[in-house]
Amino acid sequence: MRPGDSRLGGTSLTLAYDQRTIAEDLTVAVPDKSFTVIIGPNACGKSTLLRALSRMLRPSAGAVLLDGRDIHDLPARKVARTLGLLPQSSIAPDGISVAELVARGRYPHQGLLRQWSREDERVVDESMAATGVDDLADRPVDELSGGQRQRVWIAMALAQQTPLLLLDEPTTYLDIAHQIEILDLCARLHEEQGRTLVAVLHDLNHAARYATHLIAMRDGRVVAAGEPASVVTADLVAEVFGLPCRVIDDPETGTPLVVPAARRRATTPA
Amino acid sequence: MSVLRTPGGLSLRFRPRALGVGAGAALLAAGFGLVALGSGDYPMGPADVLRTLIGGGTPAEQFIVHELRLPRLVTALLVGAALALAGTVFQSLVRNPLGSPDILGFTQGASTGALVVVVLGGSSLALAGAAVVGGLGTGLAIYALAWRRGVHGYRLILVGIGVAAILTGVNGYLLTRAPLMDAARAVLWLTGSLDGRGWANAGPLLAILVVLAPLVLVGCAPALRMMELGDDAASALGVPVRRLRLVLLAAAVLLVSFAAAAAGPVSFVALVAPHLAKRLTRAPGPNLVPSMTVGAALLVGADLLAQRAFAGHQLPVGVVTGVIGGGYLVWLLAVERRAGRL
Repeated sequence: MRPGDSRLGGTSLTLAYDQRTIAEDLTVAVPDKSFTVIIGPNACGKSTLLRALSRMLRPSAGAVLLDGRDIHDLPARKVARTLGLLPQSSIAPDGISVAELVARGRYPHQGLLRQWSREDERVVDESMAATGVDDLADRPVDELSGGQRQRVWIAMALAQQTPLLLLDEPTTYLDIAHQIEILDLCARLHEEQGRTLVAVLHDLNHAARYATHLIAMRDGRVVAAGEPASVVTADLVAEVFGLPCRVIDDPETGTPLVVPAARRRATTPA
Repeated sequence: MSVLRTPGGLSLRFRPRALGVGAGAALLAAGFGLVALGSGDYPMGPADVLRTLIGGGTPAEQFIVHELRLPRLVTALLVGAALALAGTVFQSLVRNPLGSPDILGFTQGASTGALVVVVLGGSSLALAGAAVVGGLGTGLAIYALAWRRGVHGYRLILVGIGVAAILTGVNGYLLTRAPLMDAARAVLWLTGSLDGRGWANAGPLLAILVVLAPLVLVGCAPALRMMELGDDAASALGVPVRRLRLVLLAAAVLLVSFAAAAAGPVSFVALVAPHLAKRLTRAPGPNLVPSMTVGAALLVGADLLAQRAFAGHQLPVGVVTGVIGGGYLVWLLAVERRAGRL
């Protein structure tokens, strides 16, 4: 991949918590304007990679580059105006309303004497409209359902107005309908607003359907990267997840669909 | 939430209700103060007190108000505000309503410092200094013990509770070693008392508040509000989480230590004032300014009660804050339990 294609990437990263090394010599690039999805089995280092890309974990070797500069050389606030993150778990303060929570996404754009500009107000309204939570603006966040709450957090990240948005397992804890709703929302943000999205997802079929660029990881290494159609093959799924399967065309979208092998084969052969 | 905007593109955001609570508590504190200045062995009406304050009155009244009663009142206001500010900062940093300096061991550390001076003998200035050193030393020790890739809420609380327990033991030991007369004085100090406080007590606390209050209220408050969302979310919004936590912990430990140096470890104000302010303002986020005014009003009110509750028999103010604060805590737990939030 040429460097000009990617605003965000990591070169020769060693990622470790204390003495426990998660990944060594890891090199990744997030193609601009892509919806990149990182997949891999549990503990393969995909969330750790996302933490490194979002400046929350300092690599013990190598560097994460944002627009060609080491992300740790940039001021935190400047990074926060370029790169947003939806963490796996966040805490909604007691009694806070939807509009107030979304408004907190404006923090990196605010200052001591510029606490709430018309621009802030406009962006918050737009972010709530884009995620369909504008009707809930005055409701306390604690009263919302899981799916609504996740949309509110996404709205907060949108209000940050960053060209790059990272999402750490945005569909975990949601039921299937809400998972699809959130992923549809992400796809829409990617297509309509031209943002670069990077998400860690658990469900391989969701990843194959929504991603424009897939990064498959195992044991802290990138096993394959590229378009879902070329990455998601039966061999790769066997290699990365250790799961025997068949890959067929998704009847809805034509993207790859992973069908795990049955424990006992059906009597009529497919 | 209301907004003030100027044509130049400046904008200020505020909550009218929080502003009202802050002003209301400040007025209440002023009212209590007026009564406190006028009451005692030489009673004065509010009008006389006000006249004396602006320079009128007889020389005797001048002496009584300016030299005897005003230093005590000012110390009470400052201690209340400092403890409330420190308590609010602690509670929001550890994201736990029980994260107050009384529970985390900083207060006990200040007491240990003071008791060492009592045992070894020393002036009241040395005692105040030792309280500050004890509080800061405990703060450093807890920070070092709780450190593991940064200091996080629960670890800080658990380490703090452990250190508090050890220091309570040490304090008990020091009390048994102190000469009997000094031990009695030490017990009074340990309860928290404003009795006989002069300008020498109020001065250092005022100085530290003048430095730290703007730092916390102006410099750190917006970032502290983001910290409520969790470390990851705050960091994603551009908050330098580790540095902010270090600066705020240091500021809060300093405030608690200087407050203890001025009036002893007055209990429960740091725990209760932030809660009360939050309930009154009904606002999420650390309600720093309302908390400070509520804390000041609380302590001045408690001291007034301590002086006047039993005619001819003064209580240390720590007894009153303990009873009020403990009662409030029990009531709060009962209410929260009934509401199913606990």
